[in-house]
Amino acid sequence: MPSTHQDSTILTRRTGLTLLAPTFAFIGLFLLFPFVWVVAISFTDRTLLGAAAADPQFIGLDNFRQLFDFDSWMRSGEFGRSLVLTVYFVIASLIGQVFLGLGIALAFHRRKGFLRETIFTLVTLAWILPEAAIAFTWTSFLDPNGTLNTALGAVGLTRPDWLLDAPMASIVMFNVWRGTAFSMLLFSAALGNVRPSYLETADVLGANAWQRFRDVLLPMIKAQLATALILVTLWTFNVFTPFLLTQGGPAFQTDIMAIHTYRIAFRYFEFGQGSAIAVIVMLINFVLAGVYLFALKRGEGAR
Amino acid sequence: MNLVRFVLARVGFSAFVAVIAAAFALPLLWLILAPFHDQATLSVSLPTNPTLDNFRAVFDNQFAVRALFVNSMIQAAGAMVLTTLVATLGAYALARIHLPGRDVFVYVLILFSSVVTGSAAMVPVFLLIFRMGLIDQHLGVILVFTGGLLPVALFIMRDFMQSIPRSYEESALVNGANQWQMLRDVVLPMTRSGMMVIGIWAFVNVWGSFLIPFILLRSPDKMPAATATYSFYTEAGTPVITLISAYALLYVIPVLVLYLFVNWKYGFQFFGGIKS
Amino acid sequence: MANVRFESVTKRFGDVAAVDAVDLDVHDGEFVCLLGPSGCGKTTTLRLIAGLETATGGTIRIGDQDVTRVGPKDRDVGMVFQDYALYPHMTLLENIAYPLKVRGAKLAARSERTREVARNLQIEHLLDRMPGQISGGQQQRTSVARAVVHKPRVFLFDEPLSNLDAKLRLEARAFLKRLQRELGVTAVYVTHDQAEAMALADRIAVMDQGAIVQIGPPLEVYRAPRTTFVADFLGSPPMNLIPVRLQDGVLRNDAFALPAPRHLRDLGRHEGQDLSLGVRPEHLELCDPGAEHAISGETFGLEPLGPETLVSLDVGGTLVVVRVFADEPPRLEGDAHVRVDAEHLHLFDGDGVRID
Ligand SMILES: Nc1ncnc2c1ncn2[C@@H]1O[C@H](COP(=O)(O)OP(=O)(O)O)[C@@H](O)[C@H]1O
Ligand SMILES: [Mg+2]
Repeated sequence: MPSTHQDSTILTRRTGLTLLAPTFAFIGLFLLFPFVWVVAISFTDRTLLGAAAADPQFIGLDNFRQLFDFDSWMRSGEFGRSLVLTVYFVIASLIGQVFLGLGIALAFHRRKGFLRETIFTLVTLAWILPEAAIAFTWTSFLDPNGTLNTALGAVGLTRPDWLLDAPMASIVMFNVWRGTAFSMLLFSAALGNVRPSYLETADVLGANAWQRFRDVLLPMIKAQLATALILVTLWTFNVFTPFLLTQGGPAFQTDIMAIHTYRIAFRYFEFGQGSAIAVIVMLINFVLAGVYLFALKRGEGAR
Repeated sequence: MNLVRFVLARVGFSAFVAVIAAAFALPLLWLILAPFHDQATLSVSLPTNPTLDNFRAVFDNQFAVRALFVNSMIQAAGAMVLTTLVATLGAYALARIHLPGRDVFVYVLILFSSVVTGSAAMVPVFLLIFRMGLIDQHLGVILVFTGGLLPVALFIMRDFMQSIPRSYEESALVNGANQWQMLRDVVLPMTRSGMMVIGIWAFVNVWGSFLIPFILLRSPDKMPAATATYSFYTEAGTPVITLISAYALLYVIPVLVLYLFVNWKYGFQFFGGIKS
Repeated sequence: MANVRFESVTKRFGDVAAVDAVDLDVHDGEFVCLLGPSGCGKTTTLRLIAGLETATGGTIRIGDQDVTRVGPKDRDVGMVFQDYALYPHMTLLENIAYPLKVRGAKLAARSERTREVARNLQIEHLLDRMPGQISGGQQQRTSVARAVVHKPRVFLFDEPLSNLDAKLRLEARAFLKRLQRELGVTAVYVTHDQAEAMALADRIAVMDQGAIVQIGPPLEVYRAPRTTFVADFLGSPPMNLIPVRLQDGVLRNDAFALPAPRHLRDLGRHEGQDLSLGVRPEHLELCDPGAEHAISGETFGLEPLGPETLVSLDVGGTLVVVRVFADEPPRLEGDAHVRVDAEHLHLFDGDGVRID
């Protein structure tokens, strides 16, 4: 239908704008305004309480200077350290989620039945169940006497106290478990669109499983792969849920960006400082989103 | 040769499936077993004397009951209704009137909202709600959630609306309906299933989210189950594991039920990024 | 009821003039068919009458009201959409009664009138069903019922039969015709099927590229097409058009020479020009090779259709179709010969315009 670029006679412009008004109000108030405001606050010494709450002073780039104070910023609990931890966390989660999601999608490609339903349901539930409840089952799972250690003990492996001895590994494991569903659903939808005849052709030509994946499937899911990589990066960068497992500790070992921001702004009530961090985070997010758009454009151009 | 390969492939597949199933099921085991244990701990074992006492303990706890059945319900249902309403009307207008930049609007919005989110947005959103005098109010939580869920909701709804032939609305107008009658009698009834999907999605999101109520609410009698669960753990000193386990199970059940419902009714379809 | 009047109405979509300075007068109680190929602007014309498109220029009147800027809800027309647009969430009763409901009719009055219309259209027993539970033909009637229920001033139909199979289509055509006669209502009917237009219309308006090329009673348009476009569009198979040159009062072609028909007064002006000679297949008849003014061609194919046979001949490089009415298909091989009465010849000038 050529109707997309037509001035509709169905809705008058006035009715249309009336219907859109609540949307614009919400977007303006809860998206645009916070964005502008957080930038403004990052140049002040605003706090929650005290003199600086009533009358915050403009202090220029001081907040940013403090964040990037290269003498101290890599100390534990400081901004630079948090950035490094976040990069670890993101990269490890990304690799885990995307590979696992792709693996499951491939394993069940063109299969149906009870087994597939069960696995997909389990993985999806891990994604959608409330984070507070999930955090508790994970606390138990990772407990020195928890299920994980019971399982490890059964096959004769060591039984560490996960949250104390390997907190970063713990939250990565947790995050991979929680987020794999997205990649899995995305890839299995993409694979579902590959026409069976392509694979049959490859079979006839005698391709082995790896060749079939590389030459037939991979080219068809490239766009989804790019989407998954960047969206998972963006989400992981901003995820707060590990707080429920570790509160950022012990000794700031899991002080990833969202937890760090929360601590500065809502534990120390340093809103100016917290906003400066938020601005840096948004800059990073913008770059990631830009890369995403670029990858998407490229993907479309390639098709 | 071929047989060997076939057997190896079967074995490999079975092993992979077994490992995945274990990895995704085992962490949930505690959630299913501990609530029925008479002396639940953080370790998992089959309850030898299965009991419902833990649930009784939950129902005896005023604070726990209120959080789950009143506060979580108000906040999730409120955000659900508001998100669905705003998104449906907005998406309909976006699908039917011509505005410059209309086609990229939703995409820009989604990207922008995934940039101004989580940790980046918490400070200004807190200050905004503080200024509006809505700290420690259900309404503040509902409004913030609605603002956050709106972009994706708009995106899904607009797609849905565009798939409805215009002739239905045109025939309503020719039949003599005015714009509001057309909306009420034709457009809204025809988008019911889309509204259902958005509504469930919004409900589940709000029901399970921790950060926003954690920042915006103070007093125990406003807390939803998400922050209540957490406060059991941190504030009671030694956490009351039995209580928490039963409570956590009650808390996930609505999500479980809604998932099963959606799966049965629509198949768990995938709307790029259904979860924000 | 009322007449519909277009005065130089134009509708543009960007650079495309979907309707281009159209003048049209549909009389009170008249059934007018808009006929033309896909994309010629029929639907747009209809939607302009309904108010679903706003004219870029010109004036549209219904009765003595200028409705050019009036919205669809205030035009008081009834329309049957190509896809019927029955509301899937309403029963047939609610669907048909909808125009009454939005006009504020009481439930009892609504239901009574709906039943009356449904009875007339023989769908009364279906009123409790949902649109998804009835056949295509019944959906079509329901949508007609909804269009007539509030006695609108004008009925509009946009290819209402195109979603029906061939047999149902004939039935529905007869039905619509009877209904229109009974109600005596003004109707504008869009179709690309010339047989449908011929069967239904009081007048046919043939459209091409946003303009009405010819308007008139079906037989008049059929017998005296204004242009080669109309000649080609009406009739199945269409009129044969053979390139000829007029020299000294004779129409010449590589394959034949015919004396120019004497009843065409304007012919003199075209002396020495290349023209198109038009003959309907049913006006050609097979004859002996020696007959006067016989046209000869090589037999190209035979299509026996039952009551008639279509014979195609290659006449000097142009395909000419002859309609032979006989129970037995003629036996033809090699050359065949046909003749035509001069009064059945049509001539069109170099621009395709009829010469009278
Ligand atoms: N909403 C629209 N936007 C842009 N062009 C349109 C629109 N509707 C119709 N057109 C164009 O106008 C011309 C006439 O269309 P239409 O009236 O639908 O033809 P018909 O019904 O005779 O097939 C076509 O070229 C079509 O592409
Ligand atoms: Mg049309």
